[in-house]
Amino acid sequence: MSALIDLTLAEARDGLAAGEFTSVELTEAHIAASEAVRDLNCYILETPEVAREMAQVADIRRGCGDVGLLNGMPIAIKDLFCTMGVQATAGSHILEGFIPPYESTVTRQLWDAGAVMLGKTNLDEFAMGSSNMTSYFGPVMNPWQRAGDPAAKLVPGGSSGGSAAIVAARGALASTGTDTGGSIRQPGSFCGIVGMKPTYGRCSRWGIIAFASSLDQAGPLTRTVRDAAIMLGAMAGHDPKDSTSVNVPVPDYEVAIGGNLKGLKVGVPKEYRFDGLSAEIEALWEKGIGWLKDAGAAIVDISLPHTKYALPAYYIVAPAEASSNLARYDGVRYGLRVDGDTPQEMYENTRGEGFGAEVKRRVLIGTYVLSAGYYDAYYLQAQKVRTRIAQDFHEAWKKVDAILTPTTPNAAFAQGEKMSDPIAMYMNDVLTVPASMSGLPAISVPAGLSADALPLGLHVIGRPFDEKTVFKIGHVIEEAANFTKTPQLIAGDR
Amino acid sequence: MSDILKGRTGDWEMVIGLEVHAQVIVQAKLFSGAATAFGADPNEQVSFIDAAMPGMLPVLNEACVEQAVRTGLALNAEIKLESIFARKNYFYPDMPQGYQISQYEEPIVGEGEIVIDLPDEETRTIGIERLHLEQDAGKSLHDRYPGKTYIDLNRSGVTLMEIVSKPDMRSAEQAAAYVTKLRAILRYIGSCDGNMQEGSLRVDANLSVRRPEGSLGTRCEIKNLNSIRFMRQAIDYEAARQIEILEEGGEIEQETRLFDSGRGETRSMRSKEDAHDYRYFPDPDLLPLRLEQSYVDELRVSLPELPEAKKQRFMESFGLSAYDASVLVAERETAEYFETVAEGRDPKLAANWVISELFGNLNKAEISVAESPVTALALGGLIDLIADGTISGRIAKDVFSDMFETGKSAVDIVEHKGLKQVSDTEALEAAVAEVMDSNPGRVADYRGGNQKLISWFMGQIMKASGGKANPQMVNQLLREKLDTGD
Repeated sequence: MSALIDLTLAEARDGLAAGEFTSVELTEAHIAASEAVRDLNCYILETPEVAREMAQVADIRRGCGDVGLLNGMPIAIKDLFCTMGVQATAGSHILEGFIPPYESTVTRQLWDAGAVMLGKTNLDEFAMGSSNMTSYFGPVMNPWQRAGDPAAKLVPGGSSGGSAAIVAARGALASTGTDTGGSIRQPGSFCGIVGMKPTYGRCSRWGIIAFASSLDQAGPLTRTVRDAAIMLGAMAGHDPKDSTSVNVPVPDYEVAIGGNLKGLKVGVPKEYRFDGLSAEIEALWEKGIGWLKDAGAAIVDISLPHTKYALPAYYIVAPAEASSNLARYDGVRYGLRVDGDTPQEMYENTRGEGFGAEVKRRVLIGTYVLSAGYYDAYYLQAQKVRTRIAQDFHEAWKKVDAILTPTTPNAAFAQGEKMSDPIAMYMNDVLTVPASMSGLPAISVPAGLSADALPLGLHVIGRPFDEKTVFKIGHVIEEAANFTKTPQLIAGDR
Repeated sequence: MSDILKGRTGDWEMVIGLEVHAQVIVQAKLFSGAATAFGADPNEQVSFIDAAMPGMLPVLNEACVEQAVRTGLALNAEIKLESIFARKNYFYPDMPQGYQISQYEEPIVGEGEIVIDLPDEETRTIGIERLHLEQDAGKSLHDRYPGKTYIDLNRSGVTLMEIVSKPDMRSAEQAAAYVTKLRAILRYIGSCDGNMQEGSLRVDANLSVRRPEGSLGTRCEIKNLNSIRFMRQAIDYEAARQIEILEEGGEIEQETRLFDSGRGETRSMRSKEDAHDYRYFPDPDLLPLRLEQSYVDELRVSLPELPEAKKQRFMESFGLSAYDASVLVAERETAEYFETVAEGRDPKLAANWVISELFGNLNKAEISVAESPVTALALGGLIDLIADGTISGRIAKDVFSDMFETGKSAVDIVEHKGLKQVSDTEALEAAVAEVMDSNPGRVADYRGGNQKLISWFMGQIMKASGGKANPQMVNQLLREKLDTGD
């Protein structure tokens, strides 16, 4: 069994194509693996019956010669995607029991490509968090353990914590995530896997429960860069149902993988060397720079002067949009309703009980920054900062083809740490937020281990819609880092 | 004309601005594909977007944009090549998103103007501040079951144009003329059916009073006026209320008021302190709306002739009075009806027939021009019979009534009832001779100088002929016989 669950997506594809095993066998192996690591709490809902049915269909399709890009591959879906007939909660009590009568565009494309759904993965409530601690359905445990401290339960990062942990623990070949300020890349880094956030507008947001509309973007979590390229190929594409989806052709991302970096210029922004960055992260970054040089890339020192304003501006823009996006959860039409004597009371009771503390905090922040008298000072100012950040990148693209930074300022922390100080928690996103604010494609690739043997990622940011270059550089890092260590809490006989 | 209101302490003047919410004529809602027909069963016309299901996204309906631009052009307004949809945030059970998508700082249409028609052929230009697109809300039904509120989302997401005037009106009459003219324009271009009863057109009135030419007073907003008559009542009531407060030494509180049509008065709905903070911000689900100038130009060329232009043309090429012209152009259907009648005929005669006979009968029957049993061609046929002397104008009125009742043609009725005018000289000479022979005394009186008696002779002959005698010929024959007899 461990043979099947240790395959990469690309290897599984080739094995299925060669008839070495069927999708039903591959799927059964992953259903069993998911059950074996159930203690990690990666799923809000496992859907083994759905998976078996889809696997059978995939095998039949293959028999008929109708082979989609992901035919027969069992994957996990972040529970922020609406899946027809299968509960979608966004990790919130307020949506508990909500069964969408429609399928999100991204998951629809995945099923059309033949993918098999193993279940809906745990996440921070409404994707608000960097630890998966804010989920109504309980925290997710990182399958990695600190050297010498196996008792400490580590967080997988967030918000796509369940999606990252289940792929790291070999419970799924790949998973979908969404990234608003780092929600794919940071958990990817914490769990030692690849997390890719494509350009804003690359994947349709239709049917994804909204957190911050101008930032939310779907992307894959996988164990290799090649797998991420394969997954994104199936997820991406223009969707007329999403007005912010961009109508540009989706290239074959997989062909970008391989080869050296001759002729490419990679920028290293000085503003990312801020005070809170640990020495081991700095050292990893230096290593990464060396690998890219060795592969033929020219390294260019660049400046992104408004970087330090990105995080504060993000924590104005994202909550502002969230405060409005979450207004629809009022107990009137779906999800939780807590009765009251007046409609006003019903709203208050429903929302009071249905939302967790972090969601309430952000709704309050968002409501505040949009209020009369504060709008100009906060929201408008933050939008101006956003423009400046975009200009910084625009200037950078005149000099370089991509940018290399670390993904996170630290490795995975333990459950309960950083919980008392929201700002310390928000600092997790400090390196990923600028690319989010500018809608740029970015990938986190596992590149090394921390002093206590936890995975650390390097982060490649690319030009708008130039995911190919990002994948290409990501693959060079992957090859050079030769990251083969596996987490301790992992499915299969070892 | 004076718009001054006499108060106990002196003169007052109203300052009125109107916000008109007009439902756009279009097949689908502003941001969803759901249908919009009136009168569907509750919640029959609701898409996942209108119900604000999780993860649903709005997609702008281009047909709504086209209607807004056409309307802007018809109001001689500036069309903004870039406009922005914004969210207006507040909670209400029949507003599922928790926000209304509207336009705030950057509407699709900027400043324009409307020329309104007032009595005595006076006109006045009223400024338009802006026009923007927005979603309508659903409907809460409170009376179905005690203690429960039911929600109908059929209207949720329906496209409205909010057309905001400048505070340029000074009386209820001007406000009524403004809404009438605006409605006519909307109907002309087919961007709104203007049906106030069904809620396709709703008016909010902003009103303050001041000393003539003095500085502006504090205004109150009267919401949701759904007929022109109610709007006039509400404005007059509200002006009187404000004047009374001010004359008592009080102050006007800025507030939103409702008009109670049963009692004919306005009452407070919410004060300024209770006003929502709508937390407007650009909707991140929608990109800025950008229009090409060529797109606007094409729509401009395709606009139909508008009431004001039509009125000028009717005055210039048909020689109609300003009053007649403005009455005829008030509705596009009426104007088209008139033009069909006037085609190849005396336009003034056609106008008279449409305005007095047709309108009179339509009003009595309480039906519209479109529903008239007498078509424009049929009325033209009747006028032709007058013109060629087949019937007299007086007989024609009876024929018209008959046509209106039966829907038959003028020729049929005249034929069938034998109403054809007698223009046979011999028959008329005989009739004249007979009247003169039977009334020698009056003949003598006439010849003695009482010329007025000619109309008495006329009357006798017309009566004897059952009105069918050709009056011009009778007149001529009478004069010949009476005048040449001495």
